[in-house]
Amino acid sequence: MKRFGFLSWALWFGYAFLYVPIVLLVVYSFNESRLVTVWGGFSTKWYGELLNNDKLLGAAALSLQVAAVTATMSVLLGTLAGIALSRFGRFRGRTLFGGMITAPLVMPDVIIGLSLLVLFVSMEQLIGWPEGRGFTTIAIAHTTFAMAYVAVVIQSRLSGMDESLEEAAMDLGARPAKVFFVITLPIIAPAIVSGWLLAFTLSLDDVVIASFVSGPGSTTLPMVVFSSVKFGVSPEINALASLMMLIVSTGIFIASLLLARQDRQRARDEQMAMQGG
Amino acid sequence: MSGLIHRLMTRGRGLVVAVPYVWLLLFFLVPFLIILYISFSEAVIAQPPFTPLAELVRDEDFGTTKLQILLNLSNYQRMFEDDLYILAYLNSVKIALITTLACLLIGYPMAYAIAKAPPSRRGTLMMLVILPFWTSFLIRIYAWIGILKGNGLISNFLQWAGITAEPFEILYSDWAVYIGMTYVYLPFMVLPLYATLEKLDPALLEAAADLGSRPFRAFLQVTLPLSLPGIVAGSLLVFIPSVGEFVTPELLGGPDTLMIGRVLWNEFFANRDWPVASAVAVALLLFLVIPIMVFQHVQGRQMEEAR
Repeated sequence: MKRFGFLSWALWFGYAFLYVPIVLLVVYSFNESRLVTVWGGFSTKWYGELLNNDKLLGAAALSLQVAAVTATMSVLLGTLAGIALSRFGRFRGRTLFGGMITAPLVMPDVIIGLSLLVLFVSMEQLIGWPEGRGFTTIAIAHTTFAMAYVAVVIQSRLSGMDESLEEAAMDLGARPAKVFFVITLPIIAPAIVSGWLLAFTLSLDDVVIASFVSGPGSTTLPMVVFSSVKFGVSPEINALASLMMLIVSTGIFIASLLLARQDRQRARDEQMAMQGG
Repeated sequence: MSGLIHRLMTRGRGLVVAVPYVWLLLFFLVPFLIILYISFSEAVIAQPPFTPLAELVRDEDFGTTKLQILLNLSNYQRMFEDDLYILAYLNSVKIALITTLACLLIGYPMAYAIAKAPPSRRGTLMMLVILPFWTSFLIRIYAWIGILKGNGLISNFLQWAGITAEPFEILYSDWAVYIGMTYVYLPFMVLPLYATLEKLDPALLEAAADLGSRPFRAFLQVTLPLSLPGIVAGSLLVFIPSVGEFVTPELLGGPDTLMIGRVLWNEFFANRDWPVASAVAVALLLFLVIPIMVFQHVQGRQMEEAR
């Protein structure tokens, strides 16, 4: 019984470590005082001030657009890569392909950012594209590392899926493309949704890579936050951070509800199929 | 007919691999080759700010044209001669090791406790570990500034409790970097640890207990060795990105918190020296190649087991 005591203490300590800073951040976003750590009474004025900050709103709009494009492209490329890795067995160049998929998961941001910047500069000199740097280059850079995360998510979902379903459809004469759209896609749909959300969040979160590959006039929200944080804390950033966390956690909450419902539905369908068969 | 279908199938298959393959070759592999190329060039004030390695040189005496290749090793030489780079590398490794160890010490008991919890509660408990990962990295680092700074919460609390009279500033020191990095990387440690600990058969521990082993000894001799793959995967997931970390030391560390990611950033953005920045990146990559390959091996094996 004594050991259980230690473990639950460790667990509670871990959760406190993870959540206390976030809770404090949210609490102090409602602080009247400009001094972030001195409580001056409840106020929502910093939220009001956010709405008048055009620079911040512009950066937020850019970041959301980049994140949406990144997430969509990452899902397309990552799903293809996940299928290739989990269904195609050994194909030529698989080792290199697998390496290029897992490397971005751990590669330091500064290296990815620098290497993509030099690529874009060299390409512009050679073929004249991309012209300057901005939205397109940030989206390409973000897609390159986010698709790796999507591929891993898709791959693990496909590994957990019963391959005989696809084989059965194939035996019944369905073409591979039809098998994919009718059988595989609905089953991996939850993984695609979570992959999209993951890529969206990763893109919305990145400051280092975006700093390398963005040009003048294209400043993303994390870049604005980063430069203002370097000059110290401000209640306005607290308000912005709380707002972002509210949006993200609402999104995650809705997504997990949807996924749970779909999983339950699937389990029911499978059970009915079993009984029917 | 079957030949046609077969051809269509292989062509479809080919496309499925080719699209992401070409993307990664172009945007992941080729950029490294360019970095390698630039690291052997010299910095000049031009656009782009480095010299070409290969030039067609016309030899007037013979009237012929020859290809001249200049490999400039001075960028690498500088990294061995200037203490800044070596110290930055060593310090990065030290900070990454301490971060990994701290994540392991906090994360292992957490993962173990979650794996031992009733199955119905495990999902929620794990969700609570992952959730902070979904909120912005930058904001989680920012949250610590208000806690660690001189007139921040820890300092105010210590003064209020009468432990210190002076403001107590942890911010802008190596300690702040350890705390911040452990904080942001902790979920990466718990996730793979939980995955291995959850699969552990409780019958093994019962067998050890039946044979007279005390719980702690059973843990050391059964659980710990069996969870080694999770420990390795989690440690690498924390260690590798930590070595090249930039945001945390920049925001929480002091001006003397030397890390290689910061050096690379400054060479590029402050000094505009692309060749040296590239050489630093190549050296960092060479250092990380072995841990990354071990990570890929572990990751690949876990994927095989999951099938």
